[in-house]
Amino acid sequence: MIRIILPAHLKNLAKVTGEVNLELPEPITRDAVLDAIEARYPMLLGTIRDRQTGKRRAFIRFYACEEDLSNEPPETPLPKRVVEGDEPFIILGAMAGG
Amino acid sequence: MSGVRVLVGTKKGAFTLTSDGKRGDWTVDGPHFGGWEIYHINGSKVDPNRIYASQSSGWFGQVIQRSDDGGKTWTTAGNDFAYQGEVGDHLWYDGTPRPWEFKRIWHLEPSLDDPDTVYAGAEDAAFYLSTDAGQNWKELTGLRQHKTGASWQPGAGGLCLHTIILDPVNKDRIFIAISAAGAFRSDDGGENWLPINKGLRSREIPDEDHEVGHCVHRIAQHPTRPDTLFMQKHWHVMRTDDAGEQWTKVSGNLPSDFGFPIAVHAHEPETVYVIPIKSDSEHYPPEGKLRVYRSRTGGNEWEALTNGLPQSDCYVNIYRDAMAVDTLDPCGIYFGTTGGQVYHSADGGDSWTPIVRDLPAVLSVEVQVLP
Repeated sequence: MIRIILPAHLKNLAKVTGEVNLELPEPITRDAVLDAIEARYPMLLGTIRDRQTGKRRAFIRFYACEEDLSNEPPETPLPKRVVEGDEPFIILGAMAGG
Repeated sequence: MSGVRVLVGTKKGAFTLTSDGKRGDWTVDGPHFGGWEIYHINGSKVDPNRIYASQSSGWFGQVIQRSDDGGKTWTTAGNDFAYQGEVGDHLWYDGTPRPWEFKRIWHLEPSLDDPDTVYAGAEDAAFYLSTDAGQNWKELTGLRQHKTGASWQPGAGGLCLHTIILDPVNKDRIFIAISAAGAFRSDDGGENWLPINKGLRSREIPDEDHEVGHCVHRIAQHPTRPDTLFMQKHWHVMRTDDAGEQWTKVSGNLPSDFGFPIAVHAHEPETVYVIPIKSDSEHYPPEGKLRVYRSRTGGNEWEALTNGLPQSDCYVNIYRDAMAVDTLDPCGIYFGTTGGQVYHSADGGDSWTPIVRDLPAVLSVEVQVLP
């Protein structure tokens, strides 16, 4: 089970509280997780990745296991502790603006 | 007695302000979509329960919201705003080519006949249509692919399509405005477009007679006089009486003819309202006095309306989409400020009262008259 933490604004948009849990077949990559999130919560389409290019939006970051995975290739497998559900995959808005 | 609902978009959410037809006591509801920028929230003319909202964020992009119960509950609609065909370039601030890139929806204009049909104006400037209540959007490419499109440059706020007027008499006629390309008219429902900028004078461009490049801030129309339009340009207040074929300056005795919004009285087609701003480099009222100016003569002769408005130390701005009129009698006028005040007049502008004083900076104001 993959545990995902969404930023507050996207939790509100998706009408969820707490973590989102997903069961996914391996290999579990960043884009596989995002594909699954968008399939379950289509209102999040375009809020994490650009609708046209599929690229991470500029002020979105992906963290896991105390590492910044934002600039890893999207097909890179996620860390073992995320795959095994020991650590969450964190999606957050970058610290920017005021 | 009928009521009114004022739809307010702010930099940190949407608010609805409701009252009965007397417009004396108000209920404030919100924030909806707290923390998000609501560039525009607008209701259907044929079904006031149908409301569309443009919700956006520098972090999370564009979301379209739809309500079917007058703003009590909301459903996320579609946000796939694709540029159709060859995307191409426009000009950047420095005059270099730059690919068109979608940033946000500035304006949502529901159809005058069908609550499921709605038009959207985008930054970078493009014109979109949805016929399924905002679920799917199609670019009407004739505007962006106009022969002048590659020469359009953004204004300070971006290359934004901010004004959409659906002609209530000539159903195939649509007027739009883009900063800083100018005003355009379609006579075939948005398929083909004609620049309508003759008579505009703009010192900011080298050839003042150029057919595009004018920074139009807002256009207003009275529904019974569809060929007459009033324009607040970057500088200058203008009017046309031939659907934009020729514009004439009507700034007259205004203390400054820079400003953003412009509106026409609901029952008097020659009564026009503007809110002068000191200059393009000082976006606040002249002398720190917040004054709405009214012309009862279609321009040129303007009177200051000050009763109830701050007449000292006021340095707010009023954005282009932040003034609206209701259709009650007497006509109500509403505007919101960057200081978070929403003022209204229930007597055509003679006196003003704040409905609410401490909202986030107001981006847009629309008003619905309820049965």
